[in-house]
Amino acid sequence: MRRSMLFLPGNTPNMILSGDCLGADAIILDLEDAVAPDQKDAARVLVRNAIKYLQFPGVEKIIRINSLDTPYWQKDLDEMVPLKPELIMTPKTSCAADVLEFDAYISALEDKLGFERNTVKLLPLIETALGVENAYAIASASKRVAAIFLGAEDLSADLRCKRTKEGKEILYARGRMVMAARAANVDVYDTPFTDVNDDEGIRVDAEFAKGLGFTGKASISPRHVGVINEVFSPTQKDIDYAYEVMEAIRIGKEQGKGAVSLHGKMIDAPIVARAQQTIDMAVALGLGREEA
Amino acid sequence: MDKVVKTLREAIQLAGVKDGSRISFHHHLRNGDYVLNMVMDEIASMGYKDISVNASSLFDCHLPLADHIRSGVVTELITDYMSGGIGAQISEGILEKPVQFRTHGGRPADIIKGVTPIDVAFIAAPTADTMGNMTGKIGKSACGSLGYAFADAMCAKKVVVITDNLVPHPLAMRSIDETYVDYVVAVDAIGNPAGIVSGTTKITRDPVGLVMAQTAANVIQASGLLKDGFSFQTGAGGATLAAAQFLKGIMLKEGIKGSFGCGGITGYMVDMLNEGCFQSLIDVQCFDLKAVESIRTNPNHTEVSAMHYASPDAKSAAVDSLDVVLLGATEIDTDFNVNVHTNSSGKIMGGSGGHSDTAAGAKLAMIIAPLSRARLPIVTDHVFCKSTPGSTIDVLVTQKGVAVNPARPELAARLKEGGIKVVDIFELKEAAEKLCGMPKPLVKGDRVLADIIYRDGTLLDRIYNVR
Repeated sequence: MRRSMLFLPGNTPNMILSGDCLGADAIILDLEDAVAPDQKDAARVLVRNAIKYLQFPGVEKIIRINSLDTPYWQKDLDEMVPLKPELIMTPKTSCAADVLEFDAYISALEDKLGFERNTVKLLPLIETALGVENAYAIASASKRVAAIFLGAEDLSADLRCKRTKEGKEILYARGRMVMAARAANVDVYDTPFTDVNDDEGIRVDAEFAKGLGFTGKASISPRHVGVINEVFSPTQKDIDYAYEVMEAIRIGKEQGKGAVSLHGKMIDAPIVARAQQTIDMAVALGLGREEA
Repeated sequence: MDKVVKTLREAIQLAGVKDGSRISFHHHLRNGDYVLNMVMDEIASMGYKDISVNASSLFDCHLPLADHIRSGVVTELITDYMSGGIGAQISEGILEKPVQFRTHGGRPADIIKGVTPIDVAFIAAPTADTMGNMTGKIGKSACGSLGYAFADAMCAKKVVVITDNLVPHPLAMRSIDETYVDYVVAVDAIGNPAGIVSGTTKITRDPVGLVMAQTAANVIQASGLLKDGFSFQTGAGGATLAAAQFLKGIMLKEGIKGSFGCGGITGYMVDMLNEGCFQSLIDVQCFDLKAVESIRTNPNHTEVSAMHYASPDAKSAAVDSLDVVLLGATEIDTDFNVNVHTNSSGKIMGGSGGHSDTAAGAKLAMIIAPLSRARLPIVTDHVFCKSTPGSTIDVLVTQKGVAVNPARPELAARLKEGGIKVVDIFELKEAAEKLCGMPKPLVKGDRVLADIIYRDGTLLDRIYNVR
């Protein structure tokens, strides 16, 4: 379950030390934008030590490496792949060939390390116009791709438009990303809301993303994590309804009914699938019922 | 008859200040205080030397004191706290004699016992009448409680009140009365209101601070002390205030009626009083405007002297009845000794204040601190200097778990039962060191900059220069 993903600069021990205490389902240890070129080596050492020694129980570790057009990405992978992070985020992924280049390099490392192939999964960060247009190709390029991630800051620069709180400029990209991810059967994560002091703005933005179909949302501030978790968690009403659906289906089956209705509405397969997803998430959050 | 003299100079002369005198000041005007500088400048201009200054705390507004030290006007400092700017000057070794750091409880005890007799107390009063009855609750420079000035007024050979709101005798709302006062001086301003109390004291928004604050509130709940009659003190630091806020939520939800909140009082403690979490507030010092307004208008918000607050010699002091105190630390060692006097470079930037008094008195003394600050681990093998003995500290709350003093196994068991993540203090130290590395230890020089005198009068530790 990844409702929230929190970016932590890879060169800030104070922040990284608290990585598993801030409520995020996943932390993104950043070796890219947050780290100046002359700090890349130090950040690699810090992130390596953090994962090795702190382990961050209960929190997924995602490492954002540097992009293909830099001299850093291979060294990043050399250092990070042996740590078996849950995901490697690859920035500025613009086409399937980008994914395959990372894939080939990681495969060679996995062979060398004696890891099973595809142990390390990828989270392509799509933040260019070309990347958005190629979102499905990226999402389905390799078995390593577990999810795709929209990066709106670089994207709006590429689009030559202003990044706004309302986010009208990224509406198309958001829709396209969700469509591509769902078509490729992978998860999809929304871009951070960058005004760290706007508590209401983050809620509106997260609710909008959830409404579009995003799996979760990233954050650059720990302050946003609680709201994101709340928005991307099922409400008690959702959970109660999901159990009602499953109970109605069970009774329908017992009675040999072909069609089942609840509160006067037909329950069809998508409704059951959504109900099961809600129950799975409720169980993961400790909100499920014992009989389930 | 009245006691009003025309000028400060005249008051200094009449009070008998001479070479070698010890004079005293309180710190209720905090970083907005004009009085200490005003008096010292006048004394310097009158040519006196070798003055001992006993100030309950010193702030960076008192930096001109450094010049008086360099010129030999001031040759001794006695205080409970010193902020970073003036601390840096002292750390450079400008004062030949070591500074005497006491605690907020130890200071009045030693004044009363005659260990540190005061020749002349200069008491800044936001309002005073012509006979010297005074209060901090009203006036343009209102600061609320005058708790730290009581011992000075009662025990100094001469007492000079300095006010910027001189009113006709008798002042009905008085904190310290005329029986102790020799002279009254009116001045234009005793302080800058912006530095005296803050408009509002704000709770931290730092997520790590909030995590620690929530944990601290959970620890208090799990300790078994949070029940009717509960008493509590917290500082004005962001995380400790946030803990008070979380605690309030628990108290209101569970309908717990506490007995008193204590110490330096903020608007958050006032809210807790007003919402029924406490029967009363015991206030030695107000930190914000809401606290000042409350102490002026709410009879359940009471002003107390520093003796009543924390003196080890009092037949009983408020700290002796405390259930829980939340405290900060710049360093804590694996024996739970706490340093609040120096920063990571070994420079003086604080002091005990009420830290060790409340730790000694409270049933549960808790330190809240993150595992590292500015890449430096907070838990160390040995603190650079010992401000509060580890034997009086029960719990360290960090963002990555709670360490309980091994001397309190029953507390550790209760906290575990309550679902608190209890970890060994060595584990916390290692976690920070693995990430931040081991800082190069500071090498102490051979010059003693300050003596840390524990509340019982014994020498707890010494602060040395750093090589």
